[in-house]
Amino acid sequence: MRLQYPPNVLIIEVPCTGKVDILHLLMAFEQGADGVIVVGCMEGDCHYMAGNLYAKKRVFRVKDILDRVGLGGERVGMYNLSSGMGGRFAEIVREMTGKIMELGPSPIRIATGTATRAAGEVAA
Amino acid sequence: MPKDKDKTAQEKSRKRGSGKGAAAPVGAVMVVGGGVAGIQASLDLANSGFYVHLVEAKPAIGGVMAQLDKTFPTNDCSMCIISPKLVECGRHLNIEIHTLTEVKGVSGEPGNLTVTLAQEPRYVDPAKCTGCGECANVCPVTMPDEFNQGLADWHAAYRLYPQAIPAAFGIKKLDRAPCTLTCPAEINVQGYVQLIKMGKYEEAVQLIMERLPLPGVLGRVCPHPCESKCRRAEMDEPVAICSLKRFAADQVDLSSFSPPLVEAKPEKIAIVGSGPAGLSCAYHLALKGYRPVIFEALPQAGGMLRVGIPDYRLPKDVLDKEIDNILRLGVTLKTNTALGRDFTLDGLFEGGYQAVFLGIGCHVGKPLGIAKENTPGVVQGVDLLRRHNLGEPQEIGKSLAVIGGGNVAIDVACTARRLGSDVTIVYRRGRSEMPAFAHEVEQALCEGVKIIYLAAPLEVIVGAGGKVVGLLCQKMELGEPDASGRRKPVPIPNETFELPVDMIVPAIGQEAAQGPLAACGVKLSKWGTIEVDETTYETSRPGVFAGGDVHTGPWIAIEAVGGGIEAAVSIDRYLKGLDLREGRIEGEEAHRRWAEIPKDEEGQLREVMPTLPPEYSCSCFEEIAQGFTGEQAQREAGRCLNCGVCSECMQCVVACQAGAVDHSQKPQIEEVQVGAVIMSPGFQTFDPSKYETYNYARFPNVVTSLEFERILSASGPFEGHLVRPSDHQEPKKIAWLQCVGSRDVKTHSYCSSVCCMYAIKEAVIAKEHAPYELDAAIFFMDMRTFGKDFEQYYNRAKDEQGVRFIRSRIHTIDPAAGDNLRIHYTDESGEKKDEVFDMVVLSVGMEVSPAAKRLAQTLGVEVNGHDFVDTAPFTPVSGSRPGVYACGAMQGPKDIPESVMQASAAAGAVSATLGEARWTRTKTREAPPEKKISPADQPRIGVFVCNCGINIGGIVDVPGLRDYAATLPNVVYVTDNLFTCSQDTQVQLTRIIEEENLNRVVVAACTPITHEALFRETMIDAGLNKYLFEMANIRNQDSWVHMKEPEKATAKARDLVRMAVARASLLKPLVEEPLTINQRALVIGGGIAGLNAALNLGDQGFETIVLEKEMELGGNARRIYHTIEGLDIQAYLDDLMEKVEAHDKVQVLTGALVVGFSGYKGNFTTEVLVGPAMYERKIDHGVTVVATGAQEYRPQEFLYGEHPRVLTQMELGKLLHHSPEEAAGWERVVMVQCVGSRNTENPNCSRICCQGAVKYALSLKGLNPEMEVMTLYRDMRTYGFLEDYYREAREKGVMFARYKLEEPPQVADEGGKLNVTFVDHVLNRPIKMPVDAVILSAAALPNDTEELASLLKIPRNAAGFFIEAHAKLRPVDFASEGIFLCGMAHSPKLISESIAQSMAAAARAGAFLADIRQTISGVTAFVSPERCAACLVCVRSCPYHVPQINRDNVSEINPALCQGCGVCASECPAKVIQVAHFEDDQIAAKIKTLF
Repeated sequence: MRLQYPPNVLIIEVPCTGKVDILHLLMAFEQGADGVIVVGCMEGDCHYMAGNLYAKKRVFRVKDILDRVGLGGERVGMYNLSSGMGGRFAEIVREMTGKIMELGPSPIRIATGTATRAAGEVAA
Repeated sequence: MPKDKDKTAQEKSRKRGSGKGAAAPVGAVMVVGGGVAGIQASLDLANSGFYVHLVEAKPAIGGVMAQLDKTFPTNDCSMCIISPKLVECGRHLNIEIHTLTEVKGVSGEPGNLTVTLAQEPRYVDPAKCTGCGECANVCPVTMPDEFNQGLADWHAAYRLYPQAIPAAFGIKKLDRAPCTLTCPAEINVQGYVQLIKMGKYEEAVQLIMERLPLPGVLGRVCPHPCESKCRRAEMDEPVAICSLKRFAADQVDLSSFSPPLVEAKPEKIAIVGSGPAGLSCAYHLALKGYRPVIFEALPQAGGMLRVGIPDYRLPKDVLDKEIDNILRLGVTLKTNTALGRDFTLDGLFEGGYQAVFLGIGCHVGKPLGIAKENTPGVVQGVDLLRRHNLGEPQEIGKSLAVIGGGNVAIDVACTARRLGSDVTIVYRRGRSEMPAFAHEVEQALCEGVKIIYLAAPLEVIVGAGGKVVGLLCQKMELGEPDASGRRKPVPIPNETFELPVDMIVPAIGQEAAQGPLAACGVKLSKWGTIEVDETTYETSRPGVFAGGDVHTGPWIAIEAVGGGIEAAVSIDRYLKGLDLREGRIEGEEAHRRWAEIPKDEEGQLREVMPTLPPEYSCSCFEEIAQGFTGEQAQREAGRCLNCGVCSECMQCVVACQAGAVDHSQKPQIEEVQVGAVIMSPGFQTFDPSKYETYNYARFPNVVTSLEFERILSASGPFEGHLVRPSDHQEPKKIAWLQCVGSRDVKTHSYCSSVCCMYAIKEAVIAKEHAPYELDAAIFFMDMRTFGKDFEQYYNRAKDEQGVRFIRSRIHTIDPAAGDNLRIHYTDESGEKKDEVFDMVVLSVGMEVSPAAKRLAQTLGVEVNGHDFVDTAPFTPVSGSRPGVYACGAMQGPKDIPESVMQASAAAGAVSATLGEARWTRTKTREAPPEKKISPADQPRIGVFVCNCGINIGGIVDVPGLRDYAATLPNVVYVTDNLFTCSQDTQVQLTRIIEEENLNRVVVAACTPITHEALFRETMIDAGLNKYLFEMANIRNQDSWVHMKEPEKATAKARDLVRMAVARASLLKPLVEEPLTINQRALVIGGGIAGLNAALNLGDQGFETIVLEKEMELGGNARRIYHTIEGLDIQAYLDDLMEKVEAHDKVQVLTGALVVGFSGYKGNFTTEVLVGPAMYERKIDHGVTVVATGAQEYRPQEFLYGEHPRVLTQMELGKLLHHSPEEAAGWERVVMVQCVGSRNTENPNCSRICCQGAVKYALSLKGLNPEMEVMTLYRDMRTYGFLEDYYREAREKGVMFARYKLEEPPQVADEGGKLNVTFVDHVLNRPIKMPVDAVILSAAALPNDTEELASLLKIPRNAAGFFIEAHAKLRPVDFASEGIFLCGMAHSPKLISESIAQSMAAAARAGAFLADIRQTISGVTAFVSPERCAACLVCVRSCPYHVPQINRDNVSEINPALCQGCGVCASECPAKVIQVAHFEDDQIAAKIKTLF
């Protein structure tokens, strides 16, 4: 489909969103990500039955943590897509990038002085 | 990858097979045709234990699919999805690909067939070829690139396409060009012309001099018979071959050529005469190492070349240099030594000469035979010329009469003219009969020579003093043609005249000097010439050979050269005591297989060589013709049409570093023993050039759909830029015209099935390609988007992407201003319209190629009226000859998934008959032992960056990325490749891993989904654990999706590579344990699909259990009575059920309900409640086939269920079967199509109802021909051969009227009488009619499988049909391994299609069961027990209930059951669980290196 989306997004592959650990998400922010999205199968259609539900739960935990530490929970999001929804994926990346641009660099990056570019990070 | 050709094992089993006769089938299969169907069939068979011979007529497999840009409905890149299959095929140990091969014959019995294969030479050894393409770089020949449909050029040395398998180049060679075949000296004309085109003059001369030692001489004097055969003349004028030869010769200094190194031979050979024959003979003998001696009677060498041809045609220095070059090779020249005067033949032999060549020419002029001819002042033309050329003194008259009309006469005349004489040529016939070359006659006239035609000399008039004072001439007229075909001159009685001249020069012919010949002891002809054997040039005297004019009589120099060459060959053989004739007997006539003369090439007249002006040239002996300039020569050489394709210039041989080119290859015949043959030769597209309507041949911007695919393709002629051919401008408006060569009784009456979808796809992709608002319009009759999910694609194209759909009939395409095209058409209401487009795409249909027709004939299978292989609906892949199967487009027009399905079905059919012969002919791969990589070993990473043609390299700075990768930690090797996935690159990869001692590999290319498996196999071949491999997806996730931001894409590519390298450093080798596979199959569903799948699996030898939820088998088929072809479905079903029930391997459980499903591929357990008693049963099985079928929609509309005469198709079928008399009485019936289909609730097309309507309409017409049958439809979708029934129905008076979705027909019950009202699309007003019955073509809906889908974890689409693993290439697989799909559970389909699909599913399932060497993935969770607190989080969170607390009171995970999802690892609070290959540090490495 080659739908165009902003190039500041990098994808880290995992076997299932069930493998996405809270630690991984937090580490991304700690290392300097401005935003992270987790993209899993449609709810009820998880290839591994329920991994995406666990991921959803964890993403909400991370939101909570981010809110509490002052990064803002809106910097992380969970999305459910099927393999045939490339168009929606590009849309989500555009939306998320727009949102992060509005929020500006993550406070961690401001604090560490690495806030030179807006970056998003996606785990699928 | 060394393909270990274990011939001995094969031969052994061959002997075993032949010893026992037909009893043991052969475990090998031949697949003919390497398109996607052939590839699929080959892979299925090879993976399930058969040795496959894949035969392909082209130099590479891939078929039409490799030419396509994208595929519908997923818009996947066609090459991207087929490439891994190509590579798998190419690498498969048990698939032997025979390219450039055709089947010539077959004999034997099913199970043991002997197939004769004829292989055309490739001229390149695939084992040596590295695919570097140097041969193509130096190849001078350009030809229309067939793969790009002629939109680009390729060379005679070529590869079909960059990703081709086999990857080796090949050379396309037809018969030798007519110029070369015509040349008496067999000079490779096409070759040197091509080299001149390339500016390689030295090479050109060297090529000429392989035959002709006198290139500059013949380049001037040759009458060039080659040009008379030049096929360029069919376009405009022949190529100026002779002048090109001269040009090349003039550019080089022969003395700079080093003589060949040959061993000197001692035998003495005498050459008598130093004309072109003698010189050529001496030259070729010298090249072989002899030291011949030339005896020449005259003071200088050259024969007639020297003494017969004036300087203004052949400057003497040209001749001198070329003779000197011959002498330089070790030839001795003895001048003033005449045969008969100074030596005799006997004397030569006595003097130790062992062979003699006689080439003394014809130097004696023929007398006129008139009175007083002996008068002084009458001088023979040849004598005059000789004296002049040798500088001997002679007196030339003031006014000359030259008698004759040949070249000698002209030469004499022009020579005398230059010497100041007034010259008149007297010729007895007319100008057009003159044998001299027209241009020379013209030159002579320009120089002031007079010619008197139709006059013959009668008598020399002698004046006082006995000198010539005139010539009495007889006037002539032309009579009847004589033996030569020319009109014979006849004297006109009493018409004479006197020509006052003081010199008369007869030039009417020459003959050989008889005196010297008389004593030679060789047999002479009645003309006084030497008789020789026409092949060997032997005379009647042993050891004496002859050639040139003394053999032929006065004739052209190049013929003499040819004689000299052949005599040299004979003399060499004679001296070696070899057979003189062997291999030299004139071969069979050339086949005249030559390159087609391009239709679209613009005419270009030949170059005109500058000449001296006649007023100047007549005054001196300077050369008249001045030669071409370099530009002229190259331009002229560029006019060559390369008739033979390869010009045999041999530049490729020089360029090939690998020594792979071998021009001496010959066609091969091979016999192969197989158990069965599958035909899959595919289709060719219809050629629209002969139909004037489309003006395809005339207008470059009218293209075929396949050409348009190439235009769209990134690897196509325009690198994916959407431009039109005429001016390479971006088209703003493109029209697609449907049904070109389809649904047309004048061409092909059938529907080609795929064109509607591909046209929509092309329109959508074109719109996506264009960075501007592209107007795409599709002109069609019926939109036939009947496949799975196709209707939605159509709707999106129409509603979202704005493709215009115009229901119409095309009248003509006319040219419009600016290379545009005006389409004249008639719209649906009959109104004539026209519209201008920038470009028109013809949606050309499929047809059977001549080669496929030949194949069917050779294999002895019957074809239908359209030349497709005739198969019966209930045996959809079986040819009429047992043991021969057909699949793909050869069986009927079809798209890729249908072809793939049929291919697997054919593999299934073969497996069912040859099952017992599995693994008897296969080879096993010896993988090198795996290198031990310990955690202590420092990572040594190789990074391979892929350009993917231009897919990546066109956006991302690949060399920069490669160099960047070299700076990353642990990276010890980097390189970039054009296509990292190509087969030759795999070989390189293996070598580099070895040489650089790599222990990790990173490929920065595309997606691991399609390519990881391939690279992992390469790792194994290189002795590395396959888990030590990582991919960076810089294409799908980068260059493709950021193509407008190349710099950012490059920066991102660096990030991706850095992340991959970081993770690769931490990768660990993993062990894959063998998978035990339960050899039982479970089939869910007992309809036609399920039963066929079960039967096939049973026949393959696998125990199979069929579950049917009803109490009876048969499914929908129990309610359908005959197919559209008229076959009895009930009889078939009874037979099928009987076979299944009687099968010792198949067990049937009816009334069976699946209530539980667990396990994994190869080891499933299904819980079933069976029968009325609902007893519970657990079935262990290795594979599952889902065939749960579909059902007819129960309409809510059109008074269905309210009026008894509103019936569905199935209900009508039942009525027609049980009480036809009731239906026979009906006067009018209306059928309504798309009831419950193609609407908002169910957007899908149900595929089968259109043919159902036609079938039942024909039945009703059969019952009562007077009955009025009206079908109200939206698009008639009678695809493929069903179109013939649609036409039959119309011919029989069935009426078809279209309705729109917005204006559906109304069915009303008026007092029990049915009325139908619909809006006629032509009249555009409502029509109401009373009817006896309304038949509803109700949708096919899936059965309720929600629970089953949930239990098996298999996906369904919105309509409830199951979703296959890949819409194109895995149509019967589920993404979950070990589970397969067939029949209507996949989507609505015909019985024949269900049967094919069920056989396909059985083949895939069978292959899975047969492949007992499978292993368990290494990607599983593992526990570090020392820190496990047995908190039970993992036990509770695992969706598969795999972790258990063991006796040591820690968690334990069975790798065979673990699916590797990682839920437990992420949930584990103590982090003691890791998923191998996705360990936390491996993921963290990516995150950490990102910033």
